[in-house]
Amino acid sequence: MLIKKPDDIKSSEITDQEYYLNRRLFMRSAVLAGSVAVTGLLYRKLNPPPAVVEERPRIAGLVTPPSDDAMRKGFKVSEAQTSFEDITNYNNFYEFSTEKRSVASEARGFITRPWAVEVGGLVNKPKTFDLDDLLKLAPPEERIYRHRCVEGWSMVIPWVGFPLSTLLKEVEPLSSGRYVAFQTLLDPKRMPNQNTGVLDWPYVEGLRIDEAMNPLAILATGLYGQTMPPQDGAPIRLVVPWKYGFKSIKSIVKMTLVDQQPPTTWNIQAPNEYGFYSNVNPGVDHPRWSQRTEHRIGEYTSRNTLLFNGYADQVGYLYEGMDLRANY
Amino acid sequence: MKDTRFAKLVLLVNGLVPLTLLLWDLYRKQVGANPLEFVTRTTGMLTLVFLLLSLAVTPVRRVTGVNLLTRFRRMLGLFAFFYGSLHLLTYVAFDRFFHLTTIPGDILKRPFIAIGMTAFFLMLPLAITSTDKMVKRLGGKRWMRLHRIVYLSGILGVLHYYMLVKSDVRLPLTFAFLLAVLLGFRVFAKYYTSPRRISSSVAPPR
Repeated sequence: MLIKKPDDIKSSEITDQEYYLNRRLFMRSAVLAGSVAVTGLLYRKLNPPPAVVEERPRIAGLVTPPSDDAMRKGFKVSEAQTSFEDITNYNNFYEFSTEKRSVASEARGFITRPWAVEVGGLVNKPKTFDLDDLLKLAPPEERIYRHRCVEGWSMVIPWVGFPLSTLLKEVEPLSSGRYVAFQTLLDPKRMPNQNTGVLDWPYVEGLRIDEAMNPLAILATGLYGQTMPPQDGAPIRLVVPWKYGFKSIKSIVKMTLVDQQPPTTWNIQAPNEYGFYSNVNPGVDHPRWSQRTEHRIGEYTSRNTLLFNGYADQVGYLYEGMDLRANY
Repeated sequence: MKDTRFAKLVLLVNGLVPLTLLLWDLYRKQVGANPLEFVTRTTGMLTLVFLLLSLAVTPVRRVTGVNLLTRFRRMLGLFAFFYGSLHLLTYVAFDRFFHLTTIPGDILKRPFIAIGMTAFFLMLPLAITSTDKMVKRLGGKRWMRLHRIVYLSGILGVLHYYMLVKSDVRLPLTFAFLLAVLLGFRVFAKYYTSPRRISSSVAPPR
């Protein structure tokens, strides 16, 4: 019954072979193009392009010390400065992301006002400073420092800040206050990666009091003449250029003078890899890699790492007679 | 669809997409502050991805019954080798080029490098014997046995990744988990399902 008569399909309706093959070619091209698009988008999602560099408000009344004097004191180095783009897009700030490239976008919009820093412990005049009070303590100075990360890369960063000693003198440390303990903000709502357990939050750091009083140790509130970008530790961070980068704790809310060596985050994380001192030292290797050379961001060959990151003249006296291998 | 030529073409082209985008980003200077680290990491990651994909073929085939998948396995493995070569080349040519003599010391100092290199060189005989001619020359069984080396290469590759990470080991652990699933499937299939197959061969179901 269902046998069709030969002329049911008109010959004009039969798809001709060329058209059929074209259709197949078309389908295949579509499959190929579609799959390439999906793979490409997947790759893009996993490797997003660097965030756009945002200019920050400029800091007024910046003091630049006379060049010769600054060089002698270690306040300025003559090496080429790392670009603003690189400084603000290559960050170790685990409170936002463990991915250096992603910190900038994760930290965007981080609210830093109001901000208070509580300074207390073994001091005569404990005080909680509002950020604006801190900014009035001393005129903003430019300090062009080398920055050496324990991972083996380095930068040259024009910080803006004031000596840590200025703040410490303000609260009058007792003679029993032999160490300064620092603490980063703990607020998983504003620092989303604190919801993970990659580190023991809040981030804590510490210095010996004589290290803290050294003129090279500063509290930085900006870089490149602009207020501190969130990804670099806004609104206020420590900078101790002769130590590996992780010692320079970011987004500080608390400083406490204590009589014993305070716990420090990376030392808690891996005691045999990161010591309390963590001075830059090409002669003492990290257990998993050499510290002899470093990769300067923006350069294509590696350079030799210097003892105390090149600040031996300024800070060497602090460690005289100490075994730097034991006190890594 | 018996004709896998087109499907292989799709795989080939897609496998080259990451390389194309990587080169494009390099050309446009869109790889961030540390291009060397970025290229090393991306090629390393791609090596592991393709290794896992090639190891996923057998389990997926067994579960879904799509035997055709086997035909893509060699290409996936070769992509792993290809990206692995780029990864090693980046380290030797760019990271150590001006300090070639430091490579031995670097290997001693950083065991993860020795492990990564071992993982790579284990893939070398597999890549060499990947042609149809070599399969014939070795004979299917011996060829299959030789290519089990890929299990070891995969384990060392993931270990290499795990060891170089500073503290956030979530991603290496993800790779380790996937690898454990893929290798575990094989162990499971060998010791658990084969007796059943034997018993079923005694009394074949009708």
